[in-house]
This record gives sequence, C-alpha cells and structure tokens, in this order.
Amino acid sequence: MILALAYSAVMLSFLSGLLALSMRQRKMLSRLWQYILGKYPNVPQAWRQNLNDSLTEQLYPMRLQQLVFLLLGISGLLALLAGLSVLLAQNSITDQINIGLPWLHWHVRFDGLSGLFFAIIGIAVIAVSLYGPGYVKNNDEQQHPFAVLGLFSGLFVAGMLLVLLADDAFFFMIAWELMSVTSYFLVAFQHEHSANRRAAFLYLIMAEVGAIAIILGFGVLAGYSEDFSFTFTAMRAAQLSPTWATIAFLLALLGFGMKAGLVPIHVWLPEAHPVAPSHISALMSGVMLKVAVYGLIRFTYDLLGDVQWQWGLVVLVVGAVSSVLGVLYALMQHNLKRLLAYHSVENIGIIFIGLGLSLIFISNGHEHIGVVALIAALFHTLNHALFKSLLFLGAGSILQQTHETDIEHMGGLIRNMPKTSVLFLIGCMAISALPPLNGFVSEWLTFQAALQADVLESGVLRSLIPVSAAALTLAAALAAACFVKVYGTIFLGLPRSRHCAKAQEVEGKGMPAGMGLLAGLCFILGIFPGFVIHLLNNVSGQLLGKTLSNDAVAGWIWLAPVSMHQASYAAPFVLLAIVLAGGVSFWYLRRDPAMALRHAEPWDCGFGGLTPRMQYTSTAFSMPIRRIFAKVWHIEEKIDIEKQGAMDQQVTDIHYQLHVDDVSWLRIYPPIERTVNRTARVVGRIQTGNIRVYLADSFATLIFLLWVIS
Amino acid sequence: MNWLMAIVQTGLFVILAPLLTGWIKWCKCRLQNRRAPSLLQPYRDLWKLTHKQPVVAEQASWLFIITPYVIFSAMILAASTVPLIAVDLPTSASADVIVLVGFFALARFFQALAGLDIGTAFGGMGSSREMTISSLAEPAMLMAVFTLTMAASTTNLSFAIGFVLDQGIVLRPSFVFALFALILIAIAETGRIPVDNPATHLELTMIHEAMILEYSGRHLALIEWASEVKLMLYGVLIANIFFPWGIAQQFTWSALGDALLSIVAKLMLLALFLALSETLFAKMRLFRVQEYLSFAYLLGLLGLLSHIILEVSR
Repeated sequence: MILALAYSAVMLSFLSGLLALSMRQRKMLSRLWQYILGKYPNVPQAWRQNLNDSLTEQLYPMRLQQLVFLLLGISGLLALLAGLSVLLAQNSITDQINIGLPWLHWHVRFDGLSGLFFAIIGIAVIAVSLYGPGYVKNNDEQQHPFAVLGLFSGLFVAGMLLVLLADDAFFFMIAWELMSVTSYFLVAFQHEHSANRRAAFLYLIMAEVGAIAIILGFGVLAGYSEDFSFTFTAMRAAQLSPTWATIAFLLALLGFGMKAGLVPIHVWLPEAHPVAPSHISALMSGVMLKVAVYGLIRFTYDLLGDVQWQWGLVVLVVGAVSSVLGVLYALMQHNLKRLLAYHSVENIGIIFIGLGLSLIFISNGHEHIGVVALIAALFHTLNHALFKSLLFLGAGSILQQTHETDIEHMGGLIRNMPKTSVLFLIGCMAISALPPLNGFVSEWLTFQAALQADVLESGVLRSLIPVSAAALTLAAALAAACFVKVYGTIFLGLPRSRHCAKAQEVEGKGMPAGMGLLAGLCFILGIFPGFVIHLLNNVSGQLLGKTLSNDAVAGWIWLAPVSMHQASYAAPFVLLAIVLAGGVSFWYLRRDPAMALRHAEPWDCGFGGLTPRMQYTSTAFSMPIRRIFAKVWHIEEKIDIEKQGAMDQQVTDIHYQLHVDDVSWLRIYPPIERTVNRTARVVGRIQTGNIRVYLADSFATLIFLLWVIS
Repeated sequence: MNWLMAIVQTGLFVILAPLLTGWIKWCKCRLQNRRAPSLLQPYRDLWKLTHKQPVVAEQASWLFIITPYVIFSAMILAASTVPLIAVDLPTSASADVIVLVGFFALARFFQALAGLDIGTAFGGMGSSREMTISSLAEPAMLMAVFTLTMAASTTNLSFAIGFVLDQGIVLRPSFVFALFALILIAIAETGRIPVDNPATHLELTMIHEAMILEYSGRHLALIEWASEVKLMLYGVLIANIFFPWGIAQQFTWSALGDALLSIVAKLMLLALFLALSETLFAKMRLFRVQEYLSFAYLLGLLGLLSHIILEVSR
C-alpha cells in the first residue's frame, strides 16, 4: 500500500511531464474531443462546456499549465503521504521491478531514510506546484516553450524520487543520471544567453564527474561483495578492509559532495541555480542537494556500515570550511539568486558538520550522542529544504514583478509587495537561525552534539570539535548579517529603480499560497520540533539501531536531546513569552489615543531631499566584512577620478569598479584545466587520422590482451 | 513557586536596569570631575519619552513600528533566562544559554533592519557596522560560553551556576581566560568605549546610535530600556557565572535578601570598573575592532583548550 503510494507519486510526476508535451497539440486534441463527442453524444453538459472552453486558443495554455502543475502537486502530496506513512510504520518495504538488466532487475527498498527524503521532496513539490502556474503564466511561448519546462520538471521530480527508491547500484545510477540530465536541461532552459549555456555545461561536466566518482565507489563495494552483485543487500554484507572502505568513502564523498556543493567543488552551484527558472531553482537548491545528502548517508551509514572516526573528521572539516566560505561568498553577491545559491553551500556545510560529528561519535562508541548529531543534520536538511525553497520562490516573485535580479536596483518593496515581504522575512529569519523559527532548532541541536566533545578520548578531536562549533557560530552570525543586507536592500528603504517603484504584489492566490505553505511550516517546525524529532528518531532507529532516550523525545513542549539536566529548549514557552511581553508593552504604550503616531519627513541634515542614492547599498553594507576577511576573495577594486581645471583641483567624475571573485576558480581549477589539456595533447598524438594506424593499434591491443588473459 | 520566582526576578531585572546605567553615568561623571546627574535620571528619561508623541518618518513601514516591541520582548526573554538572585529557575530550562545568544541575535536582526528601513545614510551605516561587529563577537562569546558549559557539562545557566557553587573556590585557568573574553565581548556587544560610544551622536563614530536615530517617543524609550537591560544582562552573566557566591539556592527570605544585596554589590563594582576603563581609554577606529574581537576570540579559544587539556580528568 505504502509502496503503491510511492510508485504512483513517481508515475504522476512522469505523467505531468508527458502531459506538458501536449502544449502544442491543441488542434489535435480539439479534433479528438470533437470525435469523442460524435461517438458519445451523452457527455454531461457541464463537462462539455468546460472542455470546449479549455480547448479555445486563449484558455488552452493556461488550463494545461494548471493541469500539469496539478498533477505534479498530487504527485508531491502522494510522495509526502508515502514518506510519512513509512516513517510512522517504521518498517522497510522491498520490491523488484522486472526491468533493467536480465540478471539484475531493479531492486526497490523504501525505508525510513528514503521516507524522510520522500516527504521533503513532497513538501517542496507541493509548494512549487502551487506557485508554478502563476509564475510561468507570462512566459513567452515561442522563446521558452512550456512543453520543455514541464516535461523536464516532471522527469526531474521522478528522477529524484527514484533515487530514493533504488536498492541496487545500477538502478540508483540510472535514476541519478535521470535527475542530473533533466536538471541540465532545466538550467539551460533560458539558453538565449551564452552565460546560461556556459553555466549549464559546467553543471553537466561536474555532475558527470561526480557520477563517475559515485560509480567507482559502488564498484569498490561491489568488488568486495559476494558474486560481484550490485544490489545494496550484497554491499551491506560485504566485508571491506579499512583501506578500501576509506577509498570507497572518499569516492562517495567526492561524488555526492560535488552534487551537494561542498567547497571547493561547489563552483557549479552559484552558476547554475541563478539561471534556471525560479521555481526550478527552488527544487534544485531546496531538494536536489538533499538527494546528494541522502546518497552520502545511505552510502556511509547503511552500505559501508562500520564507520571510522577519520571519515568524520574529514566531513567535519569540509563542512566547517564550506559553511564559513559559503556565507562569506554569499555576502559579496548582489545577484539575489546567486547569493541564495551560495547560502546553499553554507547550509550544506552545516548539515555536513552534523554528519561529521555523528560519524566521530558513533565510531568512538558514543552512539547516543551520534544519534543527536545525525538527527540535527537530518533536521537541518528538512529545514533548509523549507526555507531555501521559500526564499527562491520569493526571489522568483520579486524577479517577476520588478524584472530585476540585482539587489542594488531594488528597495522599498515592503510597501508594494506586502504579502511577499512578510513571507520572505520569515524565510530570512529562519535561515539566519533566529529563535523561535526552525533553523535555530537544528543549529541548537548541532551545538548540543558538539558540546558533548568531552566524552571523547582523543585530545585532538576534543579540541577540534568546539572549534568547528565556533565556525558554525561564525557562519550563523554572518548569515544573519547577509540576510539583513538582503532584506534591507530589497524590501526596505527607498526604491532604487523605476521598476521597483512601480512594482506590484503578485497576482492570484497560488504564488503566495506556495510560499505561505513553506513559511508556515518553518514556523510550526520551529515551535513544535518534537514531532519532527520523533520521526527522525525512527530514521535513526532503522539506520543505526539506536534512538534517543525516551524522555528526550516524549514531550511536545520540551526538547532535551541528551538529558533534561544538560540542555533543554521549550519553544512554545518562548513564543508565548515573546507574544506576551510584546503584546503587553504594545497595548500599554498605545492605550492613549492622544499619543498616536505623527508622520513627518525624516531628518536630512538640513540639506533638503533624501534621494535613494544616499542609502547604503548592498556593496556598502558588506564593505567592513570585505575588508576584514579580505584574503578569502579575489578582489579587484578600481577607483578612477577624473580631474579638471587648474592644478587638477576640480573633480568632475568618479568611477568605482569592484569585482569580487571566488578564489577556488583561480586556485584550484586552472591547474586541473592545464593538466587535462596537456594530457589531451599527449593522447592526441596517437590520433593520426590514418585508418591503417588505427587498425594496427587495435590489432596490437588485441594481441596484448590475449597475452594478458592467457 | 519557581515560576513566580522567575517572573519576580525578570521584573527585578527590567526595573533595576536603568539604575545600573544611572550608576555608571554617575561614576563616570565623578571620575571626570563633572557634576553627576541623579541616579534616577534614566527613569526620568524613560518616563519623559513614553509620554511624548512619537514622530515616525513618512516612508517608515510596519517593520519600523514593531521593531522596538520585538527588541524589548527579546531582551525581557533573555533576562528571564539568566539567574539574577536565585538559581534553579524553570525559565533557564526553557531557554538555555545558546538560546540566550539567539535572543540577542533576534533583537539585533530587527534593530539592523529598522536602521535600513527609512533609507537614510546613517541608518545603513549603523546597521552595517553593527552586523559586522556582532558577527565577530558572537563566535567569541560562544567560545567563552562553551568553556563554561563544557566544564559544567550543561548549557542550562541555572545548573551551570549551581555547578560552580558546588565546586567551591577553585582556580580554573580556563575560567580566567573565559572571564576576560566575556568582559571584552560584553563591552563590544553593549556598545561601550572603546568599541562604540553611547554618549555620542558624531556621525563618523556612531554604531548603535546611528541605527536608532529615527526613533522617538515610546519607541525610543523601549529601545533605550532594552539596551539598558542588555548591559545589565552582560554584567549579571559575568558576575554570576564567575563569582556566583551569594546567589540564593533556597527560596527563603533571608537567602533571597542576601542574594539581592550581593548582586547589587557585584554589579556596582563591575560598573565602577567599566566607568574607570571608559574614562581611561579612548574609542578605537572601526577597523581596529576586528583585532580587539579576535583577541577576545583567542582568549575564549585558549580557555576552551586549557579546559580540554588541563582540566578534563580521565
């Protein structure tokens, strides 16, 4: 039953993709409908009217788009239901589908971990399909055909869901590639700009290099398993030597880390996410990166089994570096979606800090703390999916209404777009880890796990873990600074461009509803984290065979992961107190009607007339941080002052140019590029273009191989 | 009983905070050979401000109006979690010391947003500087706090203070480092000299004052009061974590009375030190603050490492 739900979620997303293909088939469908009407004259009048309307030229595209998104939404809903029910049922369901290789049918396994990620994808897909119709409505059908967008969106969602179901390496890789390749087409959707094509190609290269690493990782496991089988069951049973296990782990970390966007293999992320349509960016950043996290968890905890603390250390350090560098790079961006993409790097870093902690604690025999860290990581995965999708959808609304991607040209939108501004604020608060929202809870849990470092034997680990916790704090504090910048420049102050001054709230209910769903969940999960932790505890029970102690998860008010004596947090009380304190002071101070607000012009230092140019820009806002952490970026700053008059005393013009680049582009990738080119040149020598030489080469190879075999 | 105690204590916090500010001003005036205003002057200022009609800029949004209330309630919440005169508070269980840092972050987030709301240059300047300084101060603060929480193996402030009391007077090198780190951070976070000057409205040096330049009337009163509470919070944190003796462990009248007297004495002494240092030192340039804060961070880190290396017995 549960599996049927999961299958139908996958099928429906496929179907929604296929349905989108009929975007240009209106005439044929119309003829088909007339034919059906001729055959069966007793179709109810209401249906007849409705379908006739839908098939008219004006209404057809809109109705079809709504239908495609409706199917996608139902698929999301089913995925959510399937995920939740398998989480609650606490069992794992296996199945085989009779397609695939003759000796290796597709193995399917649906357990708590897959269920959790199913639910995450489900929520995001529901929100996106509420949001989608309003967003794509005004697309230019000639330039950006909806058929392409809808087809690949459907296939993309189906691919992600299938990755979670896979129980053998072959099926896993097919689903993984389905996800990667369809998302390539989505990134390349607006392909008229060469920058977008370049971003998409970069994404494709990195996705494929990552996939190769994953395949090699699976290969190591399969090599040690019984009869070289590629099923996950055989891989679980495989007994690896520690060295080979480490090699397999490192390959998996490289492969999945490339997809997840760990520093320094994150460079595709800030290029690819901004150029996709916003609701797709929401799915890619909010959900696809999580599938990579799923892959790593599945590979490490489930398939490899016996974890080593050195792995945890690597993951911890990589996570800490990613979180700090991700947010520092984000601070310097002024393209909103690119900034959000860099924040994904930061949040993936936070998730990896949690995973690293759990690996370290588990391998040192402190499973009960490892569970806390794992739950923190999983919780942050869920939270990040919620608030990052919310922020990308918000960015889409802003883009649609203002036609601006650069936040330096925005401002004052809080007055023009009241609903969006409130929802976006909730997203900003959640991602900045402010209580009482959800982002805070997962970071709090991560801190709680890190603070248990005392129990470890090794002094190095004991001192490294608090330092990584400090990196997490730095990342959180900088994230708050970054989102003050983002919200302040976009929504507050005076409009910096005409587009922004004339912007209006998004039309229709769908777009605010999609964002509202996510914002509401951010809020609810922040106040009542107990329910989610209960579910995550089931995941950990299945994965590690260990759960949190009973009193830690029993209450819905209290959150006490280790024990009540060590740490506790009661978000409902916090919310209650904040509402009470704020409400009472609000009521008390405003009770006198004579003291109502008086509006006046702001103080302009007596010069008259504040202009939008006097405000701090986002570049100005982050300038102190740029100066303090100057070594992290590659900064090119140029000031040209044109002078005139006697002795050059009169300044006529000042030009300021600033380029802030990602250091990893300059330090890491050029050497790789040079090596690849050099190797290609060497290899190129044997490609003479002469068929006789090729035949001779093949013959020599054949002889050589025969000699090797015999 | 416990909950009642928590509410009373929070009330005391909020009511006594302006007095502490008055006392610091009094000490500073005396040290600088000026005539001091009355100790009750901050109360008079608050009273005056709450009875004035607030003037709000025309382009102010709803965010600008609600911000003072958010800041004030976040500070009340923060105050409720820090033991002032008695340990074993139920409120310290509902929000531990990491949540306390979270409350500060919440207040700061809204404050910085409100600074950007009007669209004047000063507001943005203040917000930018405040977020820069705080993003450096927060990790340092948590380093100092982690030293305490790892030693006491709890993040609940009540239990942690109880732990220090039970230990008796032991000289812990880690606590010495953490104490100095926390003092440096407290100065930076509450906007005192040498990081910021609470008494100036000079455009190039303002941080906190620049953000609240557009506020008036009851809004300004709430923000001023909140920053007084914040100053006292840091004072109480330093006093009660590192020198908790005198704090009440039972709820008897005599114990509570002693506790009140001792915390007042401790705070008066701390404030005297603050006034002295504010008289002796000049304000730093903005880009020197990073060195100051990284020194605080280093102290916190040293504290943590010395705890891990020297003090963990196994």
